[in-house]
Amino acid sequence: MPIYALCDMNSFYVSAELLFRPDLVDKPCIVLSNNDGCAVARNPSAKSLGIKMGAPRFEIEEVIQEHGVITFSSNYTLYADISNRVMTTLERLAPSVFIYSIDEAFLDLSGMENLGPLERYGRSVVDTVRRDVGIPCCIGISNTKTLAKLANQGAKKYPKTGGVVDLTDPQRQRRLMAITDVGDVWGVGRRIGKRLKELGVSSALDLADANPAWIRKHFSVVLERTVRELNGIACIPFDDTPPNKKQIVVSRSFGQRITKLSDMRQAISSYMTKAAEKLRNEGMNAGVVTVFFRTNVFNQNQPQYSNSVSRTLTQPSSDTRVLISIANELLSSIWKNGYAFMKAGVMLSDFYDKSISQQGLFDIEPVDGRSTKLMATLDKINRQKKGQLTFARDGISQNWQMKRENLSPCYTTRWSDLPKVR
Amino acid sequence: MNVTLLGSVDADTLSKVAIPLYSESVPCGFPSPASGYEDTRLDLNELCIPRPSSTYMVRCDGDSMNGIGIYAGDILVVDRSIKPKHGDTVVAAVDGAFTVKTLALKPRVRLLPQNRQYAPIEFKDGSELQLFGVVTHLVRTMQR
Repeated sequence: MPIYALCDMNSFYVSAELLFRPDLVDKPCIVLSNNDGCAVARNPSAKSLGIKMGAPRFEIEEVIQEHGVITFSSNYTLYADISNRVMTTLERLAPSVFIYSIDEAFLDLSGMENLGPLERYGRSVVDTVRRDVGIPCCIGISNTKTLAKLANQGAKKYPKTGGVVDLTDPQRQRRLMAITDVGDVWGVGRRIGKRLKELGVSSALDLADANPAWIRKHFSVVLERTVRELNGIACIPFDDTPPNKKQIVVSRSFGQRITKLSDMRQAISSYMTKAAEKLRNEGMNAGVVTVFFRTNVFNQNQPQYSNSVSRTLTQPSSDTRVLISIANELLSSIWKNGYAFMKAGVMLSDFYDKSISQQGLFDIEPVDGRSTKLMATLDKINRQKKGQLTFARDGISQNWQMKRENLSPCYTTRWSDLPKVR
Repeated sequence: MNVTLLGSVDADTLSKVAIPLYSESVPCGFPSPASGYEDTRLDLNELCIPRPSSTYMVRCDGDSMNGIGIYAGDILVVDRSIKPKHGDTVVAAVDGAFTVKTLALKPRVRLLPQNRQYAPIEFKDGSELQLFGVVTHLVRTMQR
């Protein structure tokens, strides 16, 4: 039987911030999403004030003021570096590691049960990550990924576990499932959870005991897989990599509302630059380009306008120059003056493998080896230092850039931002 | 003393800070025909940062450690994975701020400054020493 562990970092973004702010460890702290919009990470003290995950800033403004909640803008440069450190540490401690997200990783511990108690091993992982990197984490261990996730939730929820739960014992599995809401099971979610409850399946244990065929008929084969996983039958492979991306979206809210077409052109061009870079990283060409924007739907006093437009390319491309120029044509076709736009974005879809691109019958330009070379050079230069080489259309003074009022220093990635010691 | 030009660093290896080492010095104007056999390039990271994932860098901002040659502006390389021992130079959080001091474990836990103008930091019963890590190296840009 395989043995998987899920290692999940506690309140990761806040933990990363507080590593360098010993003055704030006892205070309620939250990290806000892009544009300082919503709470995306909260430390336990902020959670106890009732700040919910994803709560928009304006809804919690009062609590923030009243309790002096410390707010950080998201500093993804910092989080990426700290995450990388944790993952590297895990790779040193476990035979096989599968990075699931910025703050979660699965460890394959199959066979290690013979080396000693798994709980003791889990504790040594938690202690090492805590000491070496400075980030607290929890570990759940079981025979399937779904059960490992469940064990991890238990480790997080019940302090008595000390952050480690070994859920390989079937009796223990059933006891924990009996007190777990079905909506909290990995892969179920709120919407399906609600439907399950209407049908009398309210705990994780109810779901585990449900008839797989019935689940498949009324829900999906994916949920049937979850049922089997809850019964200790591993159905999700350890390194279940998501299939090739089907689309790439780059979209942001603006720091200040955009009213001028020239500013919107800059924004769209710079998003397309990012999207095209991602596309080339995937080794793909895109066949469809989409541009969209919208005004602030929450502000009903202002005139509202949102629109999106797509075009199918005769020849799929990943050339930033081509994609920017198409995006700008699309933008012009739907632009209207007199609105204050809050958000815009671009989407690339309909991907083709670069190696199988074919020249169109009516294409004037040949499939251009020079374009590929130019883009590769561009990417290489920009990998050394982000934004070193940009397209003039991206603009130079980007005053529409997003709001990051409480951005912390990049403590670990910039010489000028090193933490100070006295 | 002969001074040897170590050569330039090309852009591809910038992140690795690779500097070629010549095992022999070359007298000016008369290169030895026996020289020219390069050893492997030295990597400062290898020397100072054997464990990158547990190593942080901080900048010194005070004069409390002048006595052992740590000055304001110096960059301290701090390794969290090392078990601290008596006499180590450590970075710790005291009253919500980071400080660099010498760790004393005997006869009791204290943080010792290396400057007579500062007093040792004592820990009352029940208060815990919050160690950030052990200082392993010092980087200073020389005044020119």
